[in-house]
Amino acid sequence: MIDYALYFAFACFGSALLMNLWKIVTAHGVGDRVLALDTMVVNSIAILVLMGIFQGTEVFFEATMIIAMLGFVSTVAFARFMLRGNIIE
Amino acid sequence: MSLFLIAALPFLGAVFPALLIRAGRNACSWSAGLTTALALVGVLLHAPAVMRGEVIQARADWLPGLGLNANFFMDGLGMLFAILILGIGLLIIIYARNYLSREDPMGNFYAYLLLFQGAMVGIVLSDNILLLVIFWELTSLSSFLLIGYWRHLPEGRQGARMALAVTGAGGLALIGGVLLLGHIAGSYDLTVILQQKDVVQESPLYLTALILILLGCFTKSAQFPFHFWLPHAMAAPTPVSAYLHSATMVKAGLFLMARLWPVLAGTPEWFYIVATAGLITMVLGAVIALFKDDLKALLAFSTVSHLGLITMLLGFGTTAAATAAVFHIINHATFKAALFMTAGIVDHEAHTRDIKRLGGLRKLMPVTFLLATLAALSMAGIPPLNGFLSKEMMLEEASHTYWLDNHWLIPVMVTIGALFSAAYSFRYVVHTFLGPVRDDYPHRPHDPGAGMWLSPAILVALVVAIGLFPQAIAGPLVHTVADAVTGQQLDHHKLKLWHGVTPALYMSAIAVIGGAILLAMHRPMDRAWIAAPRPEAKAIFDRLVGALTALCRGVTDRLHDGALGRYAAIFLAVMLVLGGYAYATGTTIGATRSGMPVTLLPLIGWICLIGSTICVVWFHRNRLLTLVLIGVVGLVVSLSFNYFSAPDLALTQLSVEVVTIILMLLALNFMPKTTPAESSGGRKLRDAVLSVGGGLGVGGLIYALLRGDSAFPSISAFHLENSYKGGGGDNVVNVILVDFRGFDTFGEIIVLGIAAVVIYAITEAVMQTGVRAKLLNRVPDQPVAGDAHPMMMVVVTRVMMPVALMVAAYIFFRGHNQPGGGFIAGLIAAIAIIMQYMASGYGWATERQRYPYHAIIGSGVLVAAATGMGAWLNDLPFLTSAFGYIYPPGLEKFEWATAALFDLGVFLAVVGAVLLALDSLSRYAWKPHTDTPYPMDINPARDEALAEEGRKA
Repeated sequence: MIDYALYFAFACFGSALLMNLWKIVTAHGVGDRVLALDTMVVNSIAILVLMGIFQGTEVFFEATMIIAMLGFVSTVAFARFMLRGNIIE
Repeated sequence: MSLFLIAALPFLGAVFPALLIRAGRNACSWSAGLTTALALVGVLLHAPAVMRGEVIQARADWLPGLGLNANFFMDGLGMLFAILILGIGLLIIIYARNYLSREDPMGNFYAYLLLFQGAMVGIVLSDNILLLVIFWELTSLSSFLLIGYWRHLPEGRQGARMALAVTGAGGLALIGGVLLLGHIAGSYDLTVILQQKDVVQESPLYLTALILILLGCFTKSAQFPFHFWLPHAMAAPTPVSAYLHSATMVKAGLFLMARLWPVLAGTPEWFYIVATAGLITMVLGAVIALFKDDLKALLAFSTVSHLGLITMLLGFGTTAAATAAVFHIINHATFKAALFMTAGIVDHEAHTRDIKRLGGLRKLMPVTFLLATLAALSMAGIPPLNGFLSKEMMLEEASHTYWLDNHWLIPVMVTIGALFSAAYSFRYVVHTFLGPVRDDYPHRPHDPGAGMWLSPAILVALVVAIGLFPQAIAGPLVHTVADAVTGQQLDHHKLKLWHGVTPALYMSAIAVIGGAILLAMHRPMDRAWIAAPRPEAKAIFDRLVGALTALCRGVTDRLHDGALGRYAAIFLAVMLVLGGYAYATGTTIGATRSGMPVTLLPLIGWICLIGSTICVVWFHRNRLLTLVLIGVVGLVVSLSFNYFSAPDLALTQLSVEVVTIILMLLALNFMPKTTPAESSGGRKLRDAVLSVGGGLGVGGLIYALLRGDSAFPSISAFHLENSYKGGGGDNVVNVILVDFRGFDTFGEIIVLGIAAVVIYAITEAVMQTGVRAKLLNRVPDQPVAGDAHPMMMVVVTRVMMPVALMVAAYIFFRGHNQPGGGFIAGLIAAIAIIMQYMASGYGWATERQRYPYHAIIGSGVLVAAATGMGAWLNDLPFLTSAFGYIYPPGLEKFEWATAALFDLGVFLAVVGAVLLALDSLSRYAWKPHTDTPYPMDINPARDEALAEEGRKA
């Protein structure tokens, strides 16, 4: 049963990735695109976790942890750049 | 004393004068003199054994795989040259102490001189011929420093450059020749090569090797047509000229010809090349010398002439001629060094060396006159001085040598050479010292103190003594050396002053009488010489070098015009051609493995990767958008690393992504936000074809490698097998980094540290210039919104910091057995700290940074190095790791490994390097005094506290 749930989840998050990419390419302004990239990062955390469940392994855990912990730094840097121009003042 | 020590002493000693100059000029010269004397004593201690015919050896493997070993040996020839180099070197050191003026940096002088001396001793004592070439190059370099010692004089600099260009080019040829010779003989050790005469001379490569080696010798020994550099090197101080041009530098070429005489000599090629070049040089040098007015230039051309004489004798290829050559090497070294020193004394006292402004010094400088006269008469070949003896032997050999069946050519030419030689020797004495005393010298000369005339006096004493008692003083030495040169036990005649009435005596008499007549006719001949058109060597050389420079510059400029696109295009085109050639001619690996099925997730990843890559190309003018798209690429790449079971790479890629984005954004702040359209349509097409071709080529290559087995067995199995056994870790990637390839990692962290320090140094340098003011007054090209240090960001990063550092520690410690390690941990820690910079600003963060990043980098490298060196304590090679287990009570067993310490070094170096680089880059935009002392701009708590305080007050 869990397999079917996983397949369904893979399909959802996979198409989410594609939609994120679509937004990154077509959105107006850089702000939306950065947000789309951030969402893509979040979605990839989900995909890594699902993969871990699917393969019954814990090896992806650290990767998800690091993405979760550090992924936002790039987004913040982009945001600072757009607002202030300088990311370290 | 070991030959190693003798060869090393001058090099070690070169340090002392450079340091001791602070203790005074006497300490400086004493240290140089004592080192030289010690080495000389070392050589002389071996003398009895060498004179008995023994060969002293000292051997040590250096790079045996290349045939390059630190092998030294000393036979008669090596000993003679070592004594000449060190003995005359000692006299030069004494002489130079009094010659150099107060303004001349004496410490440098002696340091250069000893370096040069060491290189020369190395040449004459080397057994390994590659080692010899290394010392040979060292003499070129150190003589460059010596000739250009008076760096304020343009002649000195130009002369030094010319000498380096000519001898350096010759050295290049010599390397080729020596490699060929070693290849033919099957060994690079001279002791072996010298036994291989037949093998070498029958080899088809003999002529090539011979010409290349002779190019090296001729350039070094200033043989025609490379003779022109020697006179220009006279711009050096006189002690240098005396040393380089009498006993050492220019004799190096002769030494090598003498050394290789047993294997190379005796063939028609050797005779016609060497003897002819020597003959031309001898006559040409003697003729030019007669018309030089500068005392040192006269002596320089006479040196050229005498070197030609010795070369010619070696070229004859007979044992008797070789003996004469050996004897003349000794004699020339004694009288020529003495003559140079007397010329230096005249220059030092009269402040000119122009013969036309001198004359009549006999009464003013009687001691110098006596020394110069004896030495010059020896050079002219007047009995009973030593120059006469070897010149007789030379004439005797020349009188029965045929050149292309011509009986007359060589005897007549050498007589002419000897005639001019006598003439310029007489001129040196007559025009400088004889005649009436003048009153228009630039400086009224008188004899110098004993310190200056002592050295030439010792040499002149030798000149007379060898002349009077040749067999007693020089006989055994000459015989031993001649045996060493020829490689045979010769049946020696005794050296005698009187040979009876022979053809040589007639030739000698003609030369001396003719020389006197020439001198009497000097004035009209000089006028004719000055009027006659002559090729000016320096002008030709300058034009040649200029043309070469222009050619090189043309080629370089055409290839390297600074356009990155062009470099990439050239590179790609070459790679495509080579790859296409390899594909067309080689065999390809067949597909032996089936592909993996394409499932949904990889397909989506692929679409994201390809889609974002195409978009990067499409939107490349919008730089910020490009960065966002590169973020997508990085994310998908790290996801696929995970998918293909490479979690270490995935972790590294993720953390590198973050740092890269920060770095790029810092740089983009100062750059235009869009790329201008510059390329023409044709260029775009070219670039498109090349890049698509290159991309498809690399893709195809990877595909082929993934589908087939490679030609050689993979080394993965070894790593998997030995990872735990040898390195004590289950994570093969980490064990490779810290153990199998620990040395590479060690080098890499050093490089990383250097890169960061360079970024820091460039920033420092830029900040010292006017750019600083411009940066401070810079107006942002975009409107600035929001607050500089937002509360939300400060709070989040502050909360994240300990978490991130904890994760870094976790990743670090598990690294040896699970995905992770020092490199990733370092990146995470660095990001945790950079977050504080971004949140609270540069000023606030640096104030709280207690340890300089340089020190962190340095301590990382040191920790890694110390760990590696720890293996030495157990007699194991550098970086051998050890591991074991400890069992703390109440806890699970715990592994410790030295690799973890090494990894700590990596961690520290990475943290320091990343932070130093980002810290430096963020300084460009930093405006001091504009930021608040508070970590965040808006802080309700602070406002409340203020309000509270106000209420209390």
